[in-house]
Amino acid sequence: MPISLIQPEYKVEIDYDKCHKCGRCVQQCGWGVYSFNERPIPDDSKCRACHRCVTYCPAHCITIRKNDLAYKENEHWNPGLRKAVWRQAESGGVMLTGMGNDKPYRNIFDHLVLDACQVTNPSIDPLREPMELRTYLGRKPDSVEVESDGNGGYRLAEGDDIARNIQLETPIIFSPMSYGSVSLNVHRSLAMAAQRLGTLMNTGEGGLHADLYPYADNVIVQVASGRFGVNPDYLNRGAAMEIKIGQGAKPGIGGHLPGEKINREVSETRMIPQGTDAISPAPHHDIYSIEDLRQLIYSLKEATGYKPVGVKIAAVHNVAAIASGIVRAGADYVYLDGFRGGTGAAPQIIRDHIGIPIEVAIAVVDQRLRDEGIRNQASIIAAGSIRSSADLAKAIALGADVCAIGSAALMALGCHLCQGCHTGSCSWGITTQKPELTRRIDPEWGAERLVNLVHAWSHELQEILGALGVNAVESLRGSRERLRAVGLDQQTCEILGVKPAGL
Amino acid sequence: MSYEPLLERMPTTKLPTFADREGVFGAERPRYAEEATFKIHGGCGLMGICDESGTHMSGEVAIRAMAVQRDRGNGLGGGYAGYGIYPEFPDHFCFHMMYHDIKAKEDAEAIFDRYFVVDLAEPMPTRAVKGISDAPLLWRYFLNPDPHKLEGTEMSPEDFIVHTVMLINSSVDGAFVASSGKNMGAFKGVGFPEEIGHYYLLEEYEGHTWVAHNRFPTNTPGWWGGAHPFTLLDWAIVHNGEISSYGINSRYLEAFGYKCTLGTDTEVAAYLFDLMLRRHKLPLELACKALASPLWSEIDRMPAEEQAVMRSLRAVYGPGMLNGPFAIVLGFNGGMVALNDRIKLRPLVAATQGTTVMVASEESAMREVLDAPDRVWMPNAGEPVIARVQGMDWPIHGDLHLSASEVSCAMTGVEESCETAVEVS
Amino acid sequence: MTQVKEARTERTGPIEGYLTVEPAVERDGDTVTIEARNVYYKQMNEAVRRAIADGAKRIVLNGVNGQRYIGTGLKGDAHIEVHGTAGNDMAMFMDGPTVEVFGNAQDGVGNTMNAGKVVVHGDAGDVLGYGMRGGKVFIRGDVGYRVGIHMKAYENLVPVMVCGGKSRDFFGEYMAGGMLVLLGMNSTFEGPMVGGYLGTGMHGGEIFLRGQAEPWQIGKECGIFTADEADLERLRPILEEYCEHFGMDIDEVLSVPFTKLVPISHRPYGKLYTYV
Repeated sequence: MPISLIQPEYKVEIDYDKCHKCGRCVQQCGWGVYSFNERPIPDDSKCRACHRCVTYCPAHCITIRKNDLAYKENEHWNPGLRKAVWRQAESGGVMLTGMGNDKPYRNIFDHLVLDACQVTNPSIDPLREPMELRTYLGRKPDSVEVESDGNGGYRLAEGDDIARNIQLETPIIFSPMSYGSVSLNVHRSLAMAAQRLGTLMNTGEGGLHADLYPYADNVIVQVASGRFGVNPDYLNRGAAMEIKIGQGAKPGIGGHLPGEKINREVSETRMIPQGTDAISPAPHHDIYSIEDLRQLIYSLKEATGYKPVGVKIAAVHNVAAIASGIVRAGADYVYLDGFRGGTGAAPQIIRDHIGIPIEVAIAVVDQRLRDEGIRNQASIIAAGSIRSSADLAKAIALGADVCAIGSAALMALGCHLCQGCHTGSCSWGITTQKPELTRRIDPEWGAERLVNLVHAWSHELQEILGALGVNAVESLRGSRERLRAVGLDQQTCEILGVKPAGL
Repeated sequence: MSYEPLLERMPTTKLPTFADREGVFGAERPRYAEEATFKIHGGCGLMGICDESGTHMSGEVAIRAMAVQRDRGNGLGGGYAGYGIYPEFPDHFCFHMMYHDIKAKEDAEAIFDRYFVVDLAEPMPTRAVKGISDAPLLWRYFLNPDPHKLEGTEMSPEDFIVHTVMLINSSVDGAFVASSGKNMGAFKGVGFPEEIGHYYLLEEYEGHTWVAHNRFPTNTPGWWGGAHPFTLLDWAIVHNGEISSYGINSRYLEAFGYKCTLGTDTEVAAYLFDLMLRRHKLPLELACKALASPLWSEIDRMPAEEQAVMRSLRAVYGPGMLNGPFAIVLGFNGGMVALNDRIKLRPLVAATQGTTVMVASEESAMREVLDAPDRVWMPNAGEPVIARVQGMDWPIHGDLHLSASEVSCAMTGVEESCETAVEVS
Repeated sequence: MTQVKEARTERTGPIEGYLTVEPAVERDGDTVTIEARNVYYKQMNEAVRRAIADGAKRIVLNGVNGQRYIGTGLKGDAHIEVHGTAGNDMAMFMDGPTVEVFGNAQDGVGNTMNAGKVVVHGDAGDVLGYGMRGGKVFIRGDVGYRVGIHMKAYENLVPVMVCGGKSRDFFGEYMAGGMLVLLGMNSTFEGPMVGGYLGTGMHGGEIFLRGQAEPWQIGKECGIFTADEADLERLRPILEEYCEHFGMDIDEVLSVPFTKLVPISHRPYGKLYTYV
């Protein structure tokens, strides 16, 4: 029997003096780390450091350590790369993983700082004074036309107004995460939270489960290349439709739902056989050129009485030109997903080496649309592992209308970013369909945690706006002048449209 | 806190267009070939029609065919090329010129007067059409190289023309040569194709071959020269799709002296045709097979001799193979060729009616023009549709002694292309 | 010498003007006739929707040439006749009605269709029935590339597509459910009945070919069988319905053995990945 050359990444350490021998860890671990023979016995090779057992152990006697195996140092071949070769030699397979790019590329957000008002311009107190975050998502007309209402006043003239825009109470929405990649309880949590927050969640490419119909006004329904769950009712139900062309975690390739995660209900919603792998086709097979996208956008509009249609793309090299084409093809918003974006499953090599940072993508798309005089024709949604309200504020300053959070939302539900989503055995009950695991997310509890997170970030954003001396988010939107770069090269500064600190 | 830089970029009454920012129609006089700082996607629709008997058709047929395909474009570009449209000047080269202003016209005309015998110079006939604005000055010239000047250079008349096109496009600011062939012309600009067609009064021209294009660029209006067709002498190319192998195709061509400026994938297709047909003298059918090659699995199933040819073709011209979705129509004096990519990711349908051969992105475009086609079919991936006009020469320009660099400069008008002195091949 | 032509005045007419032309509509009992010549798809489809809302059961569209989105997103049980060449994305997202084309159809027929029937007395183009989830598409003649991609089914929601002529590459790519049939009978195309990459990525559903395909044409995920009695019994009612539409003889259709392609593995990509 060939032994695997790969050593466990972690060591599970149990202080048996404190251990209650209750077996809780055995039950809690989704990866099958523990067996029990008078006391819990861990198999280190299965541990993913998700901390479920650590959190639920009543005696707090478990800790997870890095398996501090010494490797001969090699700046070119880090241990991860060596392990990848061993793994592939064993299996002949494409390495599949979950969540977002974890490689050490420079983080541009961490090199941008925000302004504050002092002396020459007053800051505003967000605790006691109005601080507006409301945002409208969608196409805005070039100007507002009014006519006399016959009574000495005015009314809007016939034609374009913002009736088809979606009102958001905060510039944060939930990213698309498909039912299948996450559990139904997660979808319920997201939908309930979106409704309470006055914002939106997104079905992702797995269709809309009937349990979510009461929340449909706060749901964007996605049309992806697999067309899962897409029928006219689905299209008409949501607040908007989104054509998914790509995502930051895997630009250029389609969705992956491993067979482990396709149970009867997922099979029904997606209309594919149970247990088979759902690998969405890479392109939409009816979109091979920009005019085909226009054709699809208008087919969706024709089918739904002209509801808003957005297009989601991964941030890649020519994202500005693509975004411009998308806007000219009739989209009401463009969703940009940067290369740090998360996923339920993606080939690791694609996740970690393809795509560009969202900061740059926002900057070039925003500038390009302004250069062409069409910035008002579509909103920009930015995503790609937005980590905090600081990232949110900086993204808005660079030009985004709204940010979408996916990884952060799952972390609100307990995700520890262990990158085990693709196995369908998530101990936290998030990226799994196993009933014994999915029941660990109570939708009410989940909704409350999501509402907490978004409220917290919204309040922090208000604090930031107050410090900037503005009381409405649209005064920060696109205002590159409120950012400065620290430690970025000149060319990057030029591309971002941000000056270096000091100037 | 300074807001000036912000205010500079804020839209005032008129939202700034790319054209304004780059000074194409602003204070600076435009270098027409410089539009493409950004990659321009070739999304769109196209058509080609050729009456193999040489019978002439009104340009109206091209306009009507493009009007049916209106939704394939976004009103930012339309263009036509017609052949046989100047029967009164069958042996004159006809230059269709675009000028930003009078000075550009004067400068260009100074060149014409010095090196050519100009038998007619007149403004292009146009009519006002709603939706067409910001047109450049449009003029046409029927001319031939001055024999005395030509004698001294040892060039063929065609070489001379291309040199002139190169000279004007690269060094006369604000002037652009839209076409320079005999008994043909390109009519293009910013607008929907049917608007452009009516603008140029195309219904009053009659030609045996027409190609047309509806553009969906991701760039702003302002550059009339950016619409398809792309021309050189009497070649005109219209292109739908995107050439994903552009990066290597352009580097491959550079080794032969072609200089590819950024932006238009169409130019690699044009230069590849030039390389294979004119310089390497490949038969047209094989050039198409090199550009849109059969899969290896298909080649392995071919009979031995054919297999050997195909294998060599692919091995040698591999870096020149066009990958990505495309449909291309190449027009010239003598006929037209339509070709799509090797797995047919763009639509292309063909039809014949009597001696007329037509291709288009959508069948309805052909049905608008042909009332009772004999045959309507979908060409196979990578298989060209070829129409040949009876009695006209075939293939193209065997005696053109131009360097590749001169060819590319002539087509794009970019100075860098012209700097290198290249051996005549 | 060519005279200089003077600038003319602005021209209007059917080409620039068609964007806002309303079609002529006539009502006769349950039938509504709409004159679609030179009418833009938006106005034409609005007229169709109005007619259905007003209770029409049969809608006749005359002079159609390239108008898009016919039947898109429509529900109910109306019968729409299209005279002319149907434009792209006909019956896309359609959920119930019948669309019958007397002429050819272009690309995207039955794209993500949910229920209903499409009958085309002619050829159709590329990308038919992409993501189709239910209903029936019957094409009399030839079809193009990438037909029947990712058709999907669940229990009694089963899409069916029958093409009477020949097809090109990528027929039934990535099929997940449903029934896809190719007869190779009513064809004006001189090549083989079907192209390469037939059924590539198949993991559900069934493909039936009248006759045979070369082994090299068939995707590696497909198991190749000869259709047996039971299969033919299931095929028969569908083919009978098909033959009735086009005046064909069911016995002639069934006179040649049919090849059946089904996925050999429900998890064709199971071995492709290793989990990190």
